Amino acid sequence: MFSVPLMAARAIATFENVTKRFGDFTAVDGLTLDIFAREFFALLGPSGCGKTTLLRLLAGFEQPDAGRVVLDGNDLAGVPPYRRHVNMMFQSYALFPHMTVAGNVAFGLKQERLPKDEIAARVDEMLGLVQLRPLASRKPDQLSGGQRQRVALARSLAKRPKVLLLDEPLAALDRKLREETRFELKELQRRLETTFVIVTHDQDEAMTVADRIAVMNAGKVAQVGAPARLYERPNSRWVAGFLGEVNLIEGRVTAVYPSFVMVEREGMRLRVAHQPIAPGPAAVAIRPEKVRILNTVPDGSFENGAAGTVTDIAYLGTMSLYKVRLDDGLVLKAAVVNEQREAARAVHMNDRVWLSWTPQAGVLLGD
Amino acid sequence: MRDTQQRDLVTRAAILVPYLWLIALFLVPFLIVLKISLSQTTIAQPPYTPVLDIAAGWEGLKQFLAGLSVENYATLFSDPLYLWSYLKSLQVAAISTVILLLIAYPVAYALARAPRRWQGVLVLLVVLPFWTSFLIRVYAWVNILQHDGLLNQALIALRLVDAPVTWLATDTAVYIGIVYSYFPFMVLPLFAALEKMDNTLLEAAADLGAPPWRMFFQVTVPLSLPGIAAGTLLCFIPIVGEFVIPDLLGSSSTSMIGQTLWLEFFGNRDWPVASALAMVLLCLLVPPILMYRSRETRTFEGER
Repeated sequence: MFSVPLMAARAIATFENVTKRFGDFTAVDGLTLDIFAREFFALLGPSGCGKTTLLRLLAGFEQPDAGRVVLDGNDLAGVPPYRRHVNMMFQSYALFPHMTVAGNVAFGLKQERLPKDEIAARVDEMLGLVQLRPLASRKPDQLSGGQRQRVALARSLAKRPKVLLLDEPLAALDRKLREETRFELKELQRRLETTFVIVTHDQDEAMTVADRIAVMNAGKVAQVGAPARLYERPNSRWVAGFLGEVNLIEGRVTAVYPSFVMVEREGMRLRVAHQPIAPGPAAVAIRPEKVRILNTVPDGSFENGAAGTVTDIAYLGTMSLYKVRLDDGLVLKAAVVNEQREAARAVHMNDRVWLSWTPQAGVLLGD
Repeated sequence: MRDTQQRDLVTRAAILVPYLWLIALFLVPFLIVLKISLSQTTIAQPPYTPVLDIAAGWEGLKQFLAGLSVENYATLFSDPLYLWSYLKSLQVAAISTVILLLIAYPVAYALARAPRRWQGVLVLLVVLPFWTSFLIRVYAWVNILQHDGLLNQALIALRLVDAPVTWLATDTAVYIGIVYSYFPFMVLPLFAALEKMDNTLLEAAADLGAPPWRMFFQVTVPLSLPGIAAGTLLCFIPIVGEFVIPDLLGSSSTSMIGQTLWLEFFGNRDWPVASALAMVLLCLLVPPILMYRSRETRTFEGER
């Protein structure tokens, strides 16, 4: 379920112990990362985590202070941006205002001194790819934001780069268009079989488009993996908290059995499905949708459970999120799909409720 | 209701002010010069005829109009002296503008690329010569360029020449003076155009495979065209009519139109011919201004 797709076997771009500083600020801190051929790879993290710097290191706009950047087996040290077989789609699109749509798309091809008719054919192909053929002779300032975004995409794909770099490509679009474009982008990447590397701060965007995600924090990769793996098996409190909602229950590992691990905190004992961990302080991470909420005492004796009072209900359309204050003061979140919410006996504000979750729902996070 | 009407009136009056200014300081003087250009010289005060006598009423006006003729314009086109003078002015202006562009572009580029905290100081340095009177600066050039002047002393000290070179009263001196004097007028519009240019456009060009020099000619130069146009007009038009620099640094053979005009006006006291010269000069300079204006309008409409 969590395995890396088979097609992504060969590393096309590699960062080896790369460090990049701007004055006192370390943007990228001794980072090592492989990006596989033909995968859709996402660099995800909060602003200032170094994800854009990583992209610019690959494009050649920045030089690493230490370490190597390798593209398709070649060390990129000293190779200027105009000789690298990668192309970038800029967050601001950076379309040339003095050229038409076709002129923008043709710009990179003209630099290669391709024959005129070949350039024309490729421009036409690219404009067809992004459905902009009728607008070929427009200037960028005569286009809508969504159309400009597609011109930028066509321009960056025209040279058939080994790796396409996308710097927050959807950030400037309004929400509805952004969500549609995610799928188009994914579909395009599958069709072209080109390696796409996208930088984004939007976890939904990364989860939707990417085969693998590197979650970054403070210049380092916190965790790399398929979206489902990152969500289900985060390796740290930070990753668990950054991707979606999570309940973190701090406690101590008191016993490790072959089938489960016992975690204790004041007034509560938790059983978590076996994971290799040493006794000591640890946190149990549980996604809200894995917590059941009942207004009767649960019966299963192997389930983890706790009693509390509903303090907040947030209606989110497909789901409702309940905040429950346990008797020891800890607040846990439980998410319920609204179809079930209507069917079951409804839970209301200030109701006395019982929460329960299976040992498999929890992930142990050591210190 | 009356309040808004009143405010309307005030708004209209405010719009009127620049028009009144143009009428009083451009249109009226223009008509006066046009009128004098159609008159004849006489030894009188003022030194031309006819003079409009408003007291004589309708008859006076008819007599006045009958006295006008285009004879002066015919004189301009019959004497090659005037034609050469125009051509010389256009030549000097064109060559100087090209030299200015070639020198000012790299300077403006360097200014636009300089660290932000230095930019203010550097721009100030470009404008600093304006602190001194224009006339004094041109006289300083007389001093530098004369036979035993600073330039010849320096050239001899560096053993680049054996004997002093004649600079003063040559075309070279005129070009040096003009390029020096108009330099800031070329640098500043170019700087303004280059400074506001989006750096990511250059990154995009490099990313798409353009080496630095092609990036410069395919992106930087086209995007700075408005600055090039503004600087060219700002220099070319006043240089065509330049009088002080060729008069102080040039020879009598470099007779630009400003000098010819001055000679007709003060030397020959021929106001009508001098006015006709000025009118033709104006007609020569209007087309490039109109071209620039229409281009500006197009760009402006494109940006909306």
